[in-house]
Amino acid sequence: MDQFLQATITGIATAAILAVAASGLVLTYTTTGIFNFAHGAIGMLGAFAYWQLRFDWGWPAPVALLVVLGVLAPLLGVAIELVVMRGLHDAPEAARVVVSVGLLAALLGLGLWVWPTDVARPLTRFWGNEHISVLGVRLTWHEVVAILVAAGLALGLRALLYGTRAGLAMRAAVDDRALSMLNGARPHRSAVLAWAIGCTCAALAGILISPAIGLMHVNLTLMIVNAYAAAMIGRLRNLPMTFAGAVALGLLDAYALTYLPTDSILLAQFRFAIPVILLFAVLLVLRQDRLRGHAARSTREVVPRPGWSGSLATAALFVAAGVVAAQITSAPDAVAVQKIVAVAIIALSLVPLVGFAGQLSLCQMSFAGIGAVVMAHHGHGGDPVGLLLATVVAGAVGALVALPTVRLAGIYLALATAAFAMMLDLWIFGLRDFEVGPLSISIFGTGSVAVDPIDVPGVDSAHDRLVFLSVVFALLYLLVVAIRRSTFGQRLLAFKDSPAASATLGVNTMLVRLAVFTLSAAMAGFGGALYGGTLGAVSAQNFAFAQSLPLLLLAVVGGIGTAAGALVAGVLVGGLPLLVEVAPWFENVNRVLPGTMGIALGRNPNGIAHQIRVGLAPLRRQPALLAGTVAGVAAVVGLRLAEVLTGTPFALALAAVPAAGGLAAQVLAARRAAGATATEGPDDVPLEWAGIVRPFTAEEVATMDRVLGLERRPEPTPSLAGAPSGVSAPARTAAGAGR
Amino acid sequence: MTALGPAPAPAPPAGDPVPAPPLVELRGVRAAYGTIEVLHGVDLSLMPGEVLAVLGPNGAGKTTMLNVLAGLHPLSGGDVFVAGRRTNGASAADLARVGLCLVPEGRGIFPNLTVRENLRMAAHAGHDPRAVEEAAYERFPRLAQRRRQLAGTLSGGEQQMLALARGLATDPAVLVLDELSMGLAPLVVEELYGQVAELARRGVSILVVEQFARVVLGVADRAAIMLGGRVTDVGAPDEIESKLSAAYLGG
Amino acid sequence: MTAATAPAAALEVRDVVVRFGGHLALDRVSLTARPGEVTGLIGPNGAGKTTLFNVVTGLQAPQRGTVLLDGRDVTRLAPYRRARRGLARTFQRLELFGLLTVAENVELAASVRGRRRPGRSADEALELVGLRDLADVRADELPTGKARLVELARALATGPRVLLLDEPASGQSEAETEEFREVLLAVAGEGIAVVLVEHDVQLVMRTCSQVHVLDFGRVLAAGTPEEIRGNEAVIEAYLGAAPGVPA
Ligand SMILES: Nc1ncnc2c1ncn2[C@@H]1O[C@H](COP(=O)(O)OP(=O)(O)OP(=O)(O)O)[C@@H](O)[C@H]1O
Ligand SMILES: Nc1ncnc2c1ncn2[C@@H]1O[C@H](COP(=O)(O)OP(=O)(O)OP(=O)(O)O)[C@@H](O)[C@H]1O
Ligand SMILES: [Mg+2]
Ligand SMILES: [Mg+2]
Repeated sequence: MDQFLQATITGIATAAILAVAASGLVLTYTTTGIFNFAHGAIGMLGAFAYWQLRFDWGWPAPVALLVVLGVLAPLLGVAIELVVMRGLHDAPEAARVVVSVGLLAALLGLGLWVWPTDVARPLTRFWGNEHISVLGVRLTWHEVVAILVAAGLALGLRALLYGTRAGLAMRAAVDDRALSMLNGARPHRSAVLAWAIGCTCAALAGILISPAIGLMHVNLTLMIVNAYAAAMIGRLRNLPMTFAGAVALGLLDAYALTYLPTDSILLAQFRFAIPVILLFAVLLVLRQDRLRGHAARSTREVVPRPGWSGSLATAALFVAAGVVAAQITSAPDAVAVQKIVAVAIIALSLVPLVGFAGQLSLCQMSFAGIGAVVMAHHGHGGDPVGLLLATVVAGAVGALVALPTVRLAGIYLALATAAFAMMLDLWIFGLRDFEVGPLSISIFGTGSVAVDPIDVPGVDSAHDRLVFLSVVFALLYLLVVAIRRSTFGQRLLAFKDSPAASATLGVNTMLVRLAVFTLSAAMAGFGGALYGGTLGAVSAQNFAFAQSLPLLLLAVVGGIGTAAGALVAGVLVGGLPLLVEVAPWFENVNRVLPGTMGIALGRNPNGIAHQIRVGLAPLRRQPALLAGTVAGVAAVVGLRLAEVLTGTPFALALAAVPAAGGLAAQVLAARRAAGATATEGPDDVPLEWAGIVRPFTAEEVATMDRVLGLERRPEPTPSLAGAPSGVSAPARTAAGAGR
Repeated sequence: MTALGPAPAPAPPAGDPVPAPPLVELRGVRAAYGTIEVLHGVDLSLMPGEVLAVLGPNGAGKTTMLNVLAGLHPLSGGDVFVAGRRTNGASAADLARVGLCLVPEGRGIFPNLTVRENLRMAAHAGHDPRAVEEAAYERFPRLAQRRRQLAGTLSGGEQQMLALARGLATDPAVLVLDELSMGLAPLVVEELYGQVAELARRGVSILVVEQFARVVLGVADRAAIMLGGRVTDVGAPDEIESKLSAAYLGG
Repeated sequence: MTAATAPAAALEVRDVVVRFGGHLALDRVSLTARPGEVTGLIGPNGAGKTTLFNVVTGLQAPQRGTVLLDGRDVTRLAPYRRARRGLARTFQRLELFGLLTVAENVELAASVRGRRRPGRSADEALELVGLRDLADVRADELPTGKARLVELARALATGPRVLLLDEPASGQSEAETEEFREVLLAVAGEGIAVVLVEHDVQLVMRTCSQVHVLDFGRVLAAGTPEEIRGNEAVIEAYLGAAPGVPA
């Protein structure tokens, strides 16, 4: 009984901290419409900043707290809004979530850069171990404070959101930005305020929780998953229910710690999986969402419907690139490039899911890991049966993950996938061989297992494998094109637009979601098995949650509506680590880079591929120039084969030729357009060509500023009838408008 | 002095009435979606205290024009003047604060806020939220019964009432209404146009876009036809009515 | 028309009750729609018309009552299953698939129907509403009036037995409404049961063979257009002396 009481009270103290974290999450979601995956990372930075001031520089605790919570955290919030989120208020939900994932990666990288892991950083509780006794149970002052802060925050946030003008404006801006401006509100300011408060909540949670779990980057960053579970119980919006969720979690955790046997292999790490399991349980009991209708938005999302001839040409190009790469690389380099292609295959699995259906998966690498493990155990000697099995098993697991969430809104699927990845990381992937009934299951054995590359007749050397993988990528690319063109693809896009309309047309929306998730998981498993083959030996680290994030991020940055995004992800995820091997200083940059690229997405929600396509579009309309460009590329490759042009100059030349071709095409087309409509003046020169054929007009500069998100200060508001521009409206009303 | 009242006309020479300058004026306004231009130089002016009806077939660019006027959509050419001052590029919030009120087409409400919270948003343009609420409930008793309901779950017509309530209750200087009658029962429409006429009598200048030509022409002082991104005709309502069918057929 | 010659109802709603918290949105509402006829459903704002459509299509579960499609109880079926049994609708607030082109919107609907049920091809449906020219335009670029027509074409491409139209003429000019009416009559002429919710009373009175009037969640009156036009209670609650209703 004593033990029970002790566990209960400890549990409530844990719950209080969780509640602080979770309520910050709910706050940000309610006031910005973004589910902030970076919440934990912000808390981590807050805790480290506090450690820096308080323990490294020895400032008094109150001052350090004040500086972190009152200055640094709000400033970070303001910076996040101004630099990252500003351009995104109208972007599709997937893009916004992905940007917060990018932020997570960037902030985590930043934390590791500024506070490297090689120093021990003790962070003690407030008031050390001083404590009081409650019902005979020890409760430290730190815990007491946590409980009080949680309670105070609960009341304060509720009052802020539902009782103040500022709170109302924040929620209104999430609902309909344009309309809130028509009401005279300033959504920019609301967003800045919302982020400042959200970051402060995160920092507070980070500081409170660090003494308990240690000042460690990754743990603090991912602690957020526990907070998700709590927030989800409150359907991401309801604060009281979120608190109830936090209490349930805290208690379960404490009881598990007290009562679970510690000697079982299966259950040793089980405690860490509790929040995840609870999260899935919550998903199962949440009431079904009403089918959502169309959401009002003004940013145009681009999901092109590629034609067959162009797609076949592109596929051929992929294969050709593989062949050329195989010709010009040394054997170790060929293996390195294989990895890139294999990662690109995994990333390709995201295109139907994220690009077409608008559903997010944060665990694509976990599926790849499952594929690799299956291949390791059943694909000895590169047996194709192993590859088949890898695909099937990953697909089946994917279906299981998606099943509880198909009834719910999209964000829940994203959360479920994150939770699933965490569960594999924390529990399953760490298990030694075990048996469930008649089934004997082995995962990564004692740490790593060997994966044989797939055995294909005639494919022997590393170079052959590279060509083989390029062919596989090209085929899968064609599969994705086929999906987009099929009625299944149309259903995916239709679902993304309006689930309600899809259902009333006879589309089984749950089945569609389940199918696309299963398909995507299966593709990832397939890719993972191949990737494992290129690695030789795989361990849990290769397929950790932390690997899934940059994959998704970079695929979206590349342009998730098309295969190009997958290529970008493959090159960056698979390629950047190679660069680090060459240039060690690049490591820290590499840590922040994917994150910052995600941030760049805010400027161009449709991704790099779309940008490139727009840039090269005129080329396709000019056969002569197109042929010339192709010949140019061939010539460069030829020079490389003859070993005239190597290394960096070769790479530069390879990139420069198509770029020059595209540019020339634009100039030519602009000339033609200008010639045809000479009488109509500059208006008929498409914007892309302006500035090349003639100087920019002022209007175009304005348009470009707008498109690029470089806002100009508007001309001062009309100070109607002579009043200063900030004329107070009540004065106007009082005077009787226009009367 | 009011913020948006008609600028005080210079003392006219006796016996020679100078027409008041327009309160809102669009001159050669162009606007585009991406690279596709949909307004090709719109000229239109709204006089103080008048009801101006803009009619035109689907896709003529009426909604786009109103969005440009209210600062929601960027111009790519031309000028907008409000009370004699150029407002190109002014933000919608600023325009709202000085008394230009647009009730947008279709979705004029915050779906995840309650009816009461929707009305209280008017506080941001400097109005007394309580007074706005009262006035709205008085005008639309249906809303009073539903004040705690999330606006997104209101019926289509109730949503339109809520959107209009904000415009009518905040007593703006310029009221811009996009498809006022959409989704409303005939009794309500009839009654609303009565109120529009009443507001105009009290000095509010009203620009209204409407498909239901016959109703709106009954209360309008002047009417305009918009076709293919240009205003092709402006004149007295009966004059415009006779040209209307030709406009639709030609467009 | 006597009961013996009347074709069996394609859609029958019996005693449906829907309550939102303390608000009774539908109070024992019954309605039938017969193949080949346009049935009108009118009533003041907030009377429960859209809610009734939601109940029929399965987007809103009723507290009580049954929905029969061709005599079979579908009250518990998921929305998509009802659609596959020949139920189609349009939305008061547009619900087009903005990422897809006009043609793709309609093709999608035709593909869900499959080859088993007869119906228009996507092309024919577009032809019928006169939107062939716009086939390759992205749906989110359409002005409201055209978008309504695409929604109609999309519903028709599912090959429906019962078609529910929620304010299809709102945002359309009188000329466009007239064209729309022609399409509607043609569709009904093929033996489809059409239910029309509309505030354009003139359109309803000229097009429908039966009109039901809802008020505060109850059926206030039902009958032929002439009967409804003369009904005092309906004039009081809804029609007034609206210009849309010639006396
Ligand atoms: N978001 C958009 N992207 C591209 N084109 C658009 C967009 N919105 C409108 N358009 C186009 O701009 C033109 C003008 O549209 P607008 O909505 O202003 O017309 P409208 O006169 O208000 O029509 P309606 O009577 O149907 O409301 C139309 O041809 C339409 O196709
Ligand atoms: N989810 C909900 N919660 C509470 N009340 C609701 C909900 N949905 C609808 N209502 C109420 O039920 C009533 C009926 O709404 P419904 O949309 O069916 O009206 P309608 O007849 O279609 O009106 P309109 O002509 O304005 O479209 C309205 O008063 C509405 O506010
Ligand atoms: Mg319009
Ligand atoms: Mg309705």
